[in-house]
Amino acid sequence: MKAIMIKIENLHKSFDSLEVLRGVSFEVPKGEILALIGRSGNGKSILLKHVAALMKPDQGHVFIEDKDICYLRGQELEDLRSRFGFVFQSGALFDSLTVFENIAFPLKEKTKLSEREVRERVFSILEEVGLTEAENKYPAQISGGMVKRTALARALVRNPEIMLFDEPTTGLDPIISHAMLNLLESCHTRFGFSGILVTHEIPEVFQIVQKVALLHEGRILTVGSPVEILESKDPIVQQFITGSIDGPIQYR
Amino acid sequence: MRLIRNLGAISLFGLRRAGRMGVFLSQAFFYAATPPLKFSRVLKQIHFIGFESTLVIFLTAAFAGMVLSLQGYYSLNQFGSAALLGPMVALSLIRELGPVLTALMVTGRAGSAMTAEIGIMRITEQVDALKLMGLNPFRYLIVPRLLAGIVSLPLLAAIFDVVGIFGGYLVGVKLLGVGKGTYFAEMAGYVDMQDVLGGFYKSLTFGVLITWVCCYKGYYTSFGAEGVSKATTQAVVLSSVLILVWDYFMTSLLF
Repeated sequence: MKAIMIKIENLHKSFDSLEVLRGVSFEVPKGEILALIGRSGNGKSILLKHVAALMKPDQGHVFIEDKDICYLRGQELEDLRSRFGFVFQSGALFDSLTVFENIAFPLKEKTKLSEREVRERVFSILEEVGLTEAENKYPAQISGGMVKRTALARALVRNPEIMLFDEPTTGLDPIISHAMLNLLESCHTRFGFSGILVTHEIPEVFQIVQKVALLHEGRILTVGSPVEILESKDPIVQQFITGSIDGPIQYR
Repeated sequence: MRLIRNLGAISLFGLRRAGRMGVFLSQAFFYAATPPLKFSRVLKQIHFIGFESTLVIFLTAAFAGMVLSLQGYYSLNQFGSAALLGPMVALSLIRELGPVLTALMVTGRAGSAMTAEIGIMRITEQVDALKLMGLNPFRYLIVPRLLAGIVSLPLLAAIFDVVGIFGGYLVGVKLLGVGKGTYFAEMAGYVDMQDVLGGFYKSLTFGVLITWVCCYKGYYTSFGAEGVSKATTQAVVLSSVLILVWDYFMTSLLF
């Protein structure tokens, strides 16, 4: 049995009177990617931010390798976050830095690599994400797809142990989206990170993840392998996967 | 009863805000005093807050000195004391106008930009991205600006004083006919070290005040373009008001 890398236990989070997370629990084994699916506005990004210790829960725990990260502070928290790579929905690139500088930034700030080694590492990952032509461009000068690929490259450049992806393919055309998922899969095979992937790319994403969890009304409705989810008889799961407007999930 | 309840709520809100601002400043000083310190980032901010403000300080100082000389001459001349024009211009600038006008100009030029930049970084999750690289946003965004403010403001105020005195000289001596020797010689007799130090301490504290308020407002900006716009306006207004209020207390303490 694989060791557990991320464990979420009875997580609750409310904003004023709005209860977003109502007791979320699941686990991600070491070296596996879990796809977190669910309706828009159901709290998937909020959940991801709890895993990255960017938010504190009202109740519950997030464990990274048996360590409760909800109450970490100072240097301990900074050290923990150094183990993460996070691909934000918006990219969150530093807009005053070029594509090259954005990717080189974590290496320059958090490693003791020489200038030459940094260049080599950045160029190697730029090649993988197909952005060698855009190295000197600023985020405002590149397309949405390029922003997402730059964000992915920046997150992966330090070979993190844990990767968190917040809709990395949303808003991209089908070809780029497919290429991004392929890239993600090849990086996973090579680096072996554990991760959570928030996505709406169903069923394409099922090819590259080992587990799928459906977040519904603030709780995890079901967790299983992609095959188990696809074969699930649960009407909510089925409706979500097929995208049908008729079913127990009301979209209005 | 409702009035008392509302008053209480407003007081609690104000206290909470003030407490949060206090904690923010303490954290900034704590991280500034503990390694590591990125010197290159401090230099970059000194360039932005200090060097890039010199033109606007130069222009403001020249005209402030000129108008001070013009107004002062007519007032002093009525009492036959036009010879004291030099000390009047110098003392007004060194003790009061230099530090205060410098601080107000820097708030408008660099403080607003500080709030907007940090605010935009905040709403576009760039601050979260920094955190997730294991970097401390205080060390990266706030400390360099705080230290740059502390270094730049006294230097800019000194430039303001010199340029202002020279502006006063142009109007007083070249235009209104006060003797060149009188203008400068009388100044040496009336301006002492305490005046210079008083102005220096004021601009030093203004440097802290501007960066504190503007960085705080940017760091805790609310969502969207409107949030950044509101934060920027609030930062400029609050900084400007606090500069004048703090100036009064500093003046009553120092002189």
